[in-house]
Amino acid sequence: MRFVFKPPAETASGLLSLPWHEPLASWRDERLVEIRHRGLSRHTVRFVAEAGAVYALKELDERLARREYKLLRKLRELGIPAVEVTGIAVDRPGGQDAVLVTRFLDHASSYRALFANPRGGHPADRLLDALVELLVRLHLAGFMWGDCSLSNTLFKLDAGAFSAYLVDTETAELHPSLSEGQRTYDLELARERIAGELFDLDAAGLLPPDLDPVAVADDTVRRYTALWDELTREEIIRPEEQRLRIAERLRRINELGFDVDEVELIDAGGEGSRLRVRTVVAEPGHHRRLLFARTGLNAQENQARRLLNDIASYRGHLERESGRPVSEALAASKWLTEVYDPVVRAIPDDLRGRLDEVEIFYEVLEHRGHLERTLGHDVSTTAAARDHFRHVLPHVPEELTIKPIPRTPPDGERAAGDRPEARARDGGSD
Amino acid sequence: MAEITLKNIVKRYGDGYPAVNDVSLEIKDGEFMILVGPSGCGKSTLLRMIVGLEDITSGELRIGGKVVNKVAPRERNLAMVFQNYALYPHLTVFENIAFPLRLAKTPEDEVQRRVKETAELLELTDHLDRKPANLSGGQRQRVAMGRAIVREADAFLFDEPLSNLDAKLRGQMRTEISRLQRRLGVTTVYVTHDQTEAMTLGDRVAVLRKGVLQQVGSPRELYEQPTNLFVAGFIGSPSMNFLPATVDGTVLDTPLGRFDMRDRRKAEAVGDRTVVLVGIRPEHFEDASLVGDDRRERGAVVKARVDVTEWLGNELYAYVPYEAPADVAAQLRDLSQELDSDQLRTQAVVALDASSLISPGDEAELWIDTSRVHLFDPATGENLTRDEERAAALGRLADKEREAQRRAQRAEAEATSDTSDEDEDKGGTETAAG
Repeated sequence: MRFVFKPPAETASGLLSLPWHEPLASWRDERLVEIRHRGLSRHTVRFVAEAGAVYALKELDERLARREYKLLRKLRELGIPAVEVTGIAVDRPGGQDAVLVTRFLDHASSYRALFANPRGGHPADRLLDALVELLVRLHLAGFMWGDCSLSNTLFKLDAGAFSAYLVDTETAELHPSLSEGQRTYDLELARERIAGELFDLDAAGLLPPDLDPVAVADDTVRRYTALWDELTREEIIRPEEQRLRIAERLRRINELGFDVDEVELIDAGGEGSRLRVRTVVAEPGHHRRLLFARTGLNAQENQARRLLNDIASYRGHLERESGRPVSEALAASKWLTEVYDPVVRAIPDDLRGRLDEVEIFYEVLEHRGHLERTLGHDVSTTAAARDHFRHVLPHVPEELTIKPIPRTPPDGERAAGDRPEARARDGGSD
Repeated sequence: MAEITLKNIVKRYGDGYPAVNDVSLEIKDGEFMILVGPSGCGKSTLLRMIVGLEDITSGELRIGGKVVNKVAPRERNLAMVFQNYALYPHLTVFENIAFPLRLAKTPEDEVQRRVKETAELLELTDHLDRKPANLSGGQRQRVAMGRAIVREADAFLFDEPLSNLDAKLRGQMRTEISRLQRRLGVTTVYVTHDQTEAMTLGDRVAVLRKGVLQQVGSPRELYEQPTNLFVAGFIGSPSMNFLPATVDGTVLDTPLGRFDMRDRRKAEAVGDRTVVLVGIRPEHFEDASLVGDDRRERGAVVKARVDVTEWLGNELYAYVPYEAPADVAAQLRDLSQELDSDQLRTQAVVALDASSLISPGDEAELWIDTSRVHLFDPATGENLTRDEERAAALGRLADKEREAQRRAQRAEAEATSDTSDEDEDKGGTETAAG
């Protein structure tokens, strides 16, 4: 038996003592956990909690496992949101299949959980925006997904919006670039899969009556086409309007959540110049990197932008108070200890896991604004937090984000048989 | 339904390397065509050009007589089977099959008709109201096939569909696919790297190597009358043995000994070449002590030292190492590598009757069925002794068999359309216990 782990993998070394020599389906280790609302898989998939992290283990043919390992690493390298691959176990005794180990995304939600527990309006719109953005990033990078769907994606809350993470690359292919046919085919598959998944939600009673699966699926195609066009279209611009038009185009691309890598102007004779824009495939991360440098906090991009704004206004407050300039670094470190940490520490223990801490802090900031507008005067962050923890956070459904739950004993598993998904999974020798 | 015609198809990537080079192929209406070859031979690229995933650099692709080089994938009305085989847990089997039609806003009465017809073909009629969780693994795969059938596509395309299934399910699915294709008579193109799969599934098999089409023919034609060294080595398991030989009239001098092939036609085909490669399939050897006199006379006997034997119950494999000149040995090693074979190329594998008492270390007398021997040009790999007449006859035979099989399948389909499959319930229990 052989393990291939991506360094640094100190945390993963605890996984070495799992019963790798046995078929994954028959493992009985106390570290195994169950995940509710997880997607369907054609392979045996199990989850393990080890040293505070949760790992997804998938048993599949070695060739496919190595391929997926390589592709997931490549996606991370390119800065495309995807699950982090930890390693693979190969050469297991008795000619058993390989096991692919990925780090399970903390505080992520499946589309099923989001539809079952809608907060702040129906999620369909924001989910599809996030999914389309992910698909476009993949296509820009030359990845054909082959199975773009809501079930192959996990969503993380990002200051009220969603970030989509790719979780399954079993069918993905990496090319130097994609042909028109490859993109439209991939998109057509996505359209089909999304419609199927929404039909399924409908049958499960989770879809609002005014939502038409076919209309939503068709709309996904329109969103994709519009985004792709905005990012890649070439236009002819006249010399006198060059500056304005380029600035406009770059601003729109930034607003759509993309960074521009290169702007190319090619002389197009008398009519002007041809503007060609090359977009960065990676998710933009300047806010998130800046926040990390200043505070050590890990956040999604929108969250980071919102927190940096709060730090900036806190800095203004410090300067007004002291009557002299305060450095950004000092402001950030004071903000962390005097604003952020107290809020996070005050989260009641029983509500702590409902959302990730940064998202809770973001919600407190939003709540503060809401209170100030209602009451007509300033409200302290501490007071806003107290109110949020009392009136808002308890209503965040526990099932919204995926959390590992200790495994039910084998006898209890039969009782879980009334959930069709559970049976589909357990019966799956496929 | 449609025929698919490829004319001088070329696919060149950015680096100029032709992944597919001047391939012409006619896939008849209703035919089951296999594209096979080792990895990198261009078979998947070819399929993707048919689907519309890859642009065609040059050449002409026609589906149903219409040139489709520039037609978008979804306009080609082809179905990639198993591309989307996620089954939805809350939808009934009926709706799981119907949803492509729902997506296309097909009228309800037509949805009903098409899903019911499809279910009948797949023997899923009794399960239409069930949820996927209550189906066996094989039944679930059939629901996925149903989704492709219900579209009434002009052709089915499969891209190594069985490569991620376990061995048992793979065997089942192979049978399902073959049976279904014959019942439906839908033109099918199937890509695989597995020559066993190719030989058992296809009406005809197209063998590719480095983007170039080597030979198209019925499985039997490829096996008996390969056009070159590559096809001869690729088709059949264990592979054909290739022995370097000098030629003297009808007599061949090989590392396993001198023997007379007693065939003037073959000797003439050698021309002025002094060295050839002799191709002998493992099963065309026999333990000489088990060969009756009259049969013995129709072949030749050589003496060779056996290194290792493997008794398999139905036959006995004996391994016979031999010496080969360095250049020939290198050539054979390259071929072996290209074929992804772990067979040692300077060791003959012979398949003998299971009652043979030959054991390792023996100086064994081996009989060779010389009428089945082929001679290859060592430089070009060309098969010098391919029998065109025989090849044509095998082609006609394959056509006849295919027709007969189709008629039988259709008759069977009509006869059994209202009786249910007996393995279904077995599958259900298996799932519940899982």
